[in-house]
Amino acid sequence: MTIEEFGCALREGRTTSASTTDACLKRIAHGNAALNAFILVLADEAREQAAAADRELASGHDRGPLHGVPVSIKDLFDISGTPTTAGSRVREGHIARSDALLITRLRHAGAVIVGKTNLHEFAFGTTNEDSAFGPARHPRDHQRSPGGSSGGSAISVATGMALATLGTDTGGSIRIPAAACGIVGLKPTLGELPSTGSVPLSRTMDHVGPLTQTVTDAWHVFHALRGDSGATALTAPPLTTLRFGVPRAYFCDVLDADVRRAFDASVDMLVRAGASVVDVSIDHASLIASVYTHIGFGDAAAYHAHTLDTMPERYTTPVRIRLEMARYVLAEDYVRALEGRDVLRSEVDGALSGVDALLLPTLPMPAPLIGAATVRIDDIEQPVRNMMLRLTQLFNVTGHPAISLPCGVSGNNLPIGLQVVGGRFQTDVLLGVARAVEGQLG
Amino acid sequence: MTIEQWLKAAIADAEKRGLPELKPLLEGLAAATTALRRANFGGHANDH
Repeated sequence: MTIEEFGCALREGRTTSASTTDACLKRIAHGNAALNAFILVLADEAREQAAAADRELASGHDRGPLHGVPVSIKDLFDISGTPTTAGSRVREGHIARSDALLITRLRHAGAVIVGKTNLHEFAFGTTNEDSAFGPARHPRDHQRSPGGSSGGSAISVATGMALATLGTDTGGSIRIPAAACGIVGLKPTLGELPSTGSVPLSRTMDHVGPLTQTVTDAWHVFHALRGDSGATALTAPPLTTLRFGVPRAYFCDVLDADVRRAFDASVDMLVRAGASVVDVSIDHASLIASVYTHIGFGDAAAYHAHTLDTMPERYTTPVRIRLEMARYVLAEDYVRALEGRDVLRSEVDGALSGVDALLLPTLPMPAPLIGAATVRIDDIEQPVRNMMLRLTQLFNVTGHPAISLPCGVSGNNLPIGLQVVGGRFQTDVLLGVARAVEGQLG
Repeated sequence: MTIEQWLKAAIADAEKRGLPELKPLLEGLAAATTALRRANFGGHANDH
């Protein structure tokens, strides 16, 4: 059930928040042992919130599209009275004294919080396999990663344990698991949503956003997170008026055959529906990973230096080792990377000039096996981590809004994602374009 | 500090700190840093 469908049923008296929340909690109770999506289930609190939402609606107070909607929260955000684990033993004993700002806004919009979801430790990874609470598992194949770092969040929406979830994205951590699990993931423009009250990874590149089943649902959650829930309706422009740019060089160089087929088929479908498509380029694309690494690692090293020195044994080994490596980034190279960020931002702005959005795959391959260090693409073994970040991290560096939509499945029935990228501070426009694309791709 | 000097010092420091497993990661970082420096995004003091 989508948020839209729930809202219609709720207001027509065909369902209640209590019954829908209860159904989500039953799915969690039934499925969480195998999928490991949730670190903390707030069943009693959720039932109380749902009952209150139903009473409120019956009394004539309608908070808008998120009224009574069961949502999950990535366990990086403070929820008053509960631990914020960040998927790590480093934070053992922590209890949040207040809600993160976005949690406050979700509550104000009427959302019902069913629990806190598993993630790659400190959001410092793309597979969700390094967590103090064990790996989260892909809903369609438990031997595979759901993507990360917001892996538990994506599972919760893909399996109906929640109708929406709140995630974070520093290199792709909303869009990657959304693509891997076959749902929608929105990374808004950098700075558009406040991260106050969440555990940072890179304060330079951290983004917050929703994962949902549809673009319209993403719109509703995005606006609730902005604090203007229900103020405006999503409108999709006709595809015949839209012009897309496809950055083929670099972004389409290394793609799994199924991903390439699904991406090309999606672009063809949009063209047949009347959209225009042109090739565009990002001249310094080969330097994206270098720029991203120096900024992201420099930021992460500063935040983790104290605990790396005082409680290193509490980190999972892979995360600890990468954080230790991050401590060797030199200040002069960090500054070079910031200068590179400005160049890349201008190049993405340039690629977007004259088009409504960019189109590219979200992930170069479907969900990888848990524990795999490499993945074979075009008969070449490639590092999983590098591949998973390859197509998403640019827009964390530059801050452009980007959304991942489902666009097909692989030969072994694993979802494939299409990424749509818009102009900075035009997230609403991007969502309209994405809705038009979604409407065509089905 | 050249990248070669930095890498040698970083590997030695990591080993002294009991983290020899950092060596391949530091070598990877060195490659990324080399690419970043070659791009010369910010220019040099003697550029005209």
